[in-house]
Amino acid sequence: MKSATETVSSAPPFEEAANPVAGIDQTKGDFQYDMTYEFDAGTGLNEKTVDYISSVKKEASWIRDFRHNALKVFRSKPMPTHWATKDLENINFDKIRYYLSQGQKPKRTWDEVPDDIKKTFERLGIPEQERKFLAGVEAQFDSEAAYSNIKEIVAKQGVIFANSTEALREHPEIFRKFFGKVIPTGDNKFSALNSAVFSGGSFIYVPKGVKVAQPLQAYFRINAENFGQFERTLIICDEGAEVTYMEGCTAPKFSTSTLHSAVVELVALKGAKIQYITVQNWANNVFNLVTKRGVAHEEAEIKWIDCNIGSRLTMKYPGVVLKGRKARGEVISIALANDGQHQDTGAKMIHAADETTSNIVAKSISVGQGRSTYRGVVHIPKHLKGCKNNTECDALLINTNSRTDTYPAITIRGDRNYVQHEASVSKVNEEMIFYMQQRGLTEGQAMSLAVNGFINDLARQFPMEYSVELKRLIDLEMEGSVG
Amino acid sequence: MSVPVLTSSAKSLVGSFTADAFAAHLASLPPLPAWWLERKRAAFERFSALPMPVRTDEAWRFSNISTLTLDGFTLAAPASSVPHAPIGIPKAAKLVFANGRLFSRETLAADLAQRGVIVDTLQNALVQHGDLVREHLLAQPPKLGGAKFSALHEAFLTDGAFIYVPKGVDLELPIGVFSYALGDTTAVFPHTLVVAGENSRVTVIEYFGSANDTQAQFAAGANDLYAGHGAQITYVGKQDWSHRTLSFQSNSTVVRRDARVQSLNLHLGGRQARHESLSQLLAPGAFSEMLALTVAHDEQEFDQRTLQIHQAPNTKSDLLYKNALLNRARTIFSGLIIVDPDAQKTDAYQSNRNLMLSEDAEANSLPGLEIQANDVRCTHGATSSRIDPEQEFYLQSRGIAKAAADELLTFGFFEEVLNRLTNDDLHAALRTLIQTKFTK
Repeated sequence: MKSATETVSSAPPFEEAANPVAGIDQTKGDFQYDMTYEFDAGTGLNEKTVDYISSVKKEASWIRDFRHNALKVFRSKPMPTHWATKDLENINFDKIRYYLSQGQKPKRTWDEVPDDIKKTFERLGIPEQERKFLAGVEAQFDSEAAYSNIKEIVAKQGVIFANSTEALREHPEIFRKFFGKVIPTGDNKFSALNSAVFSGGSFIYVPKGVKVAQPLQAYFRINAENFGQFERTLIICDEGAEVTYMEGCTAPKFSTSTLHSAVVELVALKGAKIQYITVQNWANNVFNLVTKRGVAHEEAEIKWIDCNIGSRLTMKYPGVVLKGRKARGEVISIALANDGQHQDTGAKMIHAADETTSNIVAKSISVGQGRSTYRGVVHIPKHLKGCKNNTECDALLINTNSRTDTYPAITIRGDRNYVQHEASVSKVNEEMIFYMQQRGLTEGQAMSLAVNGFINDLARQFPMEYSVELKRLIDLEMEGSVG
Repeated sequence: MSVPVLTSSAKSLVGSFTADAFAAHLASLPPLPAWWLERKRAAFERFSALPMPVRTDEAWRFSNISTLTLDGFTLAAPASSVPHAPIGIPKAAKLVFANGRLFSRETLAADLAQRGVIVDTLQNALVQHGDLVREHLLAQPPKLGGAKFSALHEAFLTDGAFIYVPKGVDLELPIGVFSYALGDTTAVFPHTLVVAGENSRVTVIEYFGSANDTQAQFAAGANDLYAGHGAQITYVGKQDWSHRTLSFQSNSTVVRRDARVQSLNLHLGGRQARHESLSQLLAPGAFSEMLALTVAHDEQEFDQRTLQIHQAPNTKSDLLYKNALLNRARTIFSGLIIVDPDAQKTDAYQSNRNLMLSEDAEANSLPGLEIQANDVRCTHGATSSRIDPEQEFYLQSRGIAKAAADELLTFGFFEEVLNRLTNDDLHAALRTLIQTKFTK
């Protein structure tokens, strides 16, 4: 390994003290260290790429077969441009690097992490957060976790918190049972791609009745140019257990495009509760095409809190399959689209048992030429009773050339269920701005306050550290957007 | 949803509507302007070339593709009698078509004709008012997925109604247009063209029906509503084809400055009925009100696709589509509001309400928005549920039997739409028509 040389590609100088919490400020992640990678699968995707990844990870043959099959499915599936944006055609799969790492085994203490990688995460504030309020942290650098640790007290309760490579090797009896079951390989083109080349991501198992008091966190960092990150996360919460998982992500801004295509599967067994919080803040050149779905068994609850601020194009529709009686699913979504960004987000609620309930609240803000899209599916099939869905989508348009779209699809059968969907599009209330201005606020301050008010009821559901930072970020984004 | 996937090659692209059938259709027409015949030929080419819809077409999402067919139909023969029964609303003029040809008519009062009002067949209008017809007849492109069926309509359109109201003329009484399909396997292509000049006012009532409810028929109809500056059009369409009919209807509305169009479509008939409705708001002050009521019985499928395009600032649209679903019926509502980048101060509303009256019914809602201007007020809502148990309980606690209470609440569900009509006679007639659908 070479020692790293640092290149800062962002225009504004980096101020470490100004941002105590990482993963939020859009310029925060815009720096890069030159790295020499020990393991590199090269550019482009074919059977050899898959074999290379499988070999360096020393995987069991069933995983290798799983990957090869997925590659075939990926190739056979067309791009979904008959409903999705044509921007997808700008992804060049032959120019992407599918695997880059310094090794397959994450370090257990920050002291062991190579200096350049450690510097990256220190700068993003990860070790500090870990000390302050987390039960465990995994820090992924390009394809593999550089650091992974869980507090002893949590580990003693039997909680498994590992990356996908380790977990498939060390706990196959737990993970194989659920792996690829919530999101099958052929679910969509990008879940197939992930299934072929996945690396990294968290595998979590929470045993019966264990309630993990503090959140577990994963941080995903892309460092290399033309890179594709394909983490795979699987969280299994056994009967009556509870866990909160948070993920953050950043990448330096490159002129070429970067691809991030994750698959996240959640399983909440009887009475379990999973809360999954994402603060997505990729640089503006990242295609973020993620499949996220959970299965909620009897009386279980899965809640996705999904906040999308970065990336060039995000397509992500977290879903819950409500499989057991009285299961509950919820998606809380905030999207902010600025110039050059398209946040195509939403939710899927598939009701598959009686008395299941689901709630979707999505708020989007389009600034400048940003475009935000809500796309949703609510499905209540035949002969279920007592199912309820509530969907609310509100869009705020800041500038005259901002854009928003709403495309929900709701199917309901039978007369014993109830769905309601409401959406509204509006701009910031002029009277409100006028009132604040005559009280001495500048137009920009008033606008920031109004926009923060728009998402306030959702932002409050984030952990404190995140909601404070979210507000600060919105202030930043709103600067100069008025007029 | 498991709908069998059928590739377009598995089905014939033209079905019964072959080049020979088209030649026979052209030969049956009286002398008509060359431009129109040219357009019909071009339309037939388009129809023959366009593929049938497939399951993955977004514009046909949730539609039952496997039951769409162009096979087994015949071009309509002239009819000898029609089961026309007036519903008791006085009219300014009336045209009755049977199998696409004029069967009978009641002409306008002399004073209205003298003021320039025209209520005539399309065939006559093509010859006598060619420029006017040419400007508005099927002038709007199909944008809702039914391009193939719109082309089929244009190619085989035999005759229809032409209504023209000149500048400043206010028509007190409605104009009635009746289209009947008679005979098994009959295919009809009804058309109504309404051109309302500046500051004029007109109400058009259109009825589609079959002589015999057991005959399998095919209908590909269309209408064009054009409201000039300050004009007001009220259009009420009642679709009551036989329960074995496959029906496509395309509705195109153009609203100019300060004009107002109210359209209400009542959907009752058909085995599978698709209705596409496009409203274009072209200039400030334009207002389009789009209303629909559907009573879906048995195995019926009603497929409604709507598009509200706001192309100018200060325009307004208001859509309310209500469906009552019984038995094993299916409905699809797919609506889209598009607000163009400079259409500031748009006020657009879209609402779909589904009343689920059976365990086996299925309602699909796709309420969509595409907004590119920021100073707008756009909202949409969709709900699907059974009769409100609290309301039901209230009525029962007042001594009304459950069945009667449900009936009252169901009629109340429709009343919200019917109340938008300003013509009381029309309101009463439609209410009766809906109630008979429930009691039968």
